[in-house]
Parts: sequence; structure tokens; C-alpha cells
Amino acid sequence: MKKPFGGIVLDTAFRIIVPFTLIYGVYVLIFGEAGPGGGFQAGALLSIGVVLSRLIMGDHASFNISVKNSLVLAGVGTFIYAATGWLAMLNGGNFLDYSYLPFKAEHTNELHALGILFIEIGVTICVMMTIINILDAVVERGDENGSAK
Amino acid sequence: MRGLVTVLLAVITGMFCSFVTYLPFIGDVNSAPNQHVTPVYIERSVQDTGSPNIVTGLLADYRGFDTMWETTVMFLAGLTVVMLLSSSTMGRRPEKEDEDA
Repeated sequence: MKKPFGGIVLDTAFRIIVPFTLIYGVYVLIFGEAGPGGGFQAGALLSIGVVLSRLIMGDHASFNISVKNSLVLAGVGTFIYAATGWLAMLNGGNFLDYSYLPFKAEHTNELHALGILFIEIGVTICVMMTIINILDAVVERGDENGSAK
Repeated sequence: MRGLVTVLLAVITGMFCSFVTYLPFIGDVNSAPNQHVTPVYIERSVQDTGSPNIVTGLLADYRGFDTMWETTVMFLAGLTVVMLLSSSTMGRRPEKEDEDA
């Protein structure tokens, strides 16, 4: 993506929208346990923040994540989910049985809430990086075709 | 052979259409899932999972294994798109490159 996106109005507007989108994404992730929201939605919001900053600034965006890094991070997100399950398993419970997570808590439902937060962080990272991945792949393909002509 | 397949499809479709009427209605109190699973989830989800949102408790805790593979499917979809689209050798045709050179 070489040339900037839109005119000066869109650029300035998106510059203001991006930080709010990112903050709202984190809010949806944290608040997902208590209200509507959760990992998938938070991942979509966070990725929209990155996509917008890429649309405005092109390759010079400060949130730029290369294809390789985003692919690895998508795998890491999936791994965080599975690792939470294995953590419970190593501590003597069943797979993804959050009561056996090795943390101190008064009630088991606090451990469950912690486990839900862990796996939602994993889901968020996976969804965010997957969407950035797909954008990157499409953009790269378009640039290649453009340079070939 | 083709006639047989058509008849078979017609019979299966007819069976499907007639048996659908035996399914419980949506929101039927006496249906099997509404009598065993749903009340347990509604009553116990807060003290079991510690999350005030029943949907999150269901998705992330009771059905955590399902959600894990859902995430894996997302990851695999992104991986497949990247492998298909961003490989530099696959998209171009060798004849075209020769013409350019």
C-alpha cells in the first residue's frame, strides 16, 4: 500500500478515531465477561484500529505489523488458549478445567473468571492478527499486480 | 440410476418435511433441553464460572473446548489466505514474465 488513503478530511478523522477504537477494543475484551462482547469482537475492533492506521499512513504506520509477525502472533493467540488448558491439566485437572489453574483465589469461580480472561486474550490476539494477515495478503497481491503492469 | 436417485431424494425430502413437525417449538418449556440443561446453566453459571454473563460463561467455560477449535479454525483460515495470496511465485505466469523481459 503505497499511496495514502482518502483526502485530508478522512485522514484527520481516522487519526482521531483510531485511538478510541483501540481503547474500545480493550474495553470490550475486559468487559466481555460481564456484558456483551468477548474475544472475537475485541479482536475485530483492535484489528480495525491497525487497519485504519495502515490505510492512512501506508507502510509508515506506527502500528504496522508485517505478515510474518502477524502470522506468528495469530498462532501465539491460539497457543495461549491451548496453554491455559494445559496449565490446568498440569496442575491435576481436566483439560480447560479452570478450577485447577495454579493461582491463589478464595473461590473457584474467581479462578474460572481468570481462565476465561486468559482464553479471551488468546482469542483476541488470534482474531486480530488473522484479520491483519488477510488485509496484508490482499494488499501485497495488489501491489505485486500493480508493479508488474 | 438417475431416476432412482431422484426418487430417493424425494423420499428423504418428504421424510424430512414430515418429521420436522414433530420437533419441539422454540421456547417450549417441556422440550428436553429446556428441562435439563438450560435451567442448570441459568442457575449455576455465576457460581460456577464467576462471570455474570451467561453467554460468556457458556462459550468460554462450559463449551471451552468448542471455542478453542473455533479459534483454531480462524487461525487456519488466515493461514490459508496468506498461503494462497501472498506467495510471489504462484500468482505470476512464466510466459508473461518472459514477455516483460
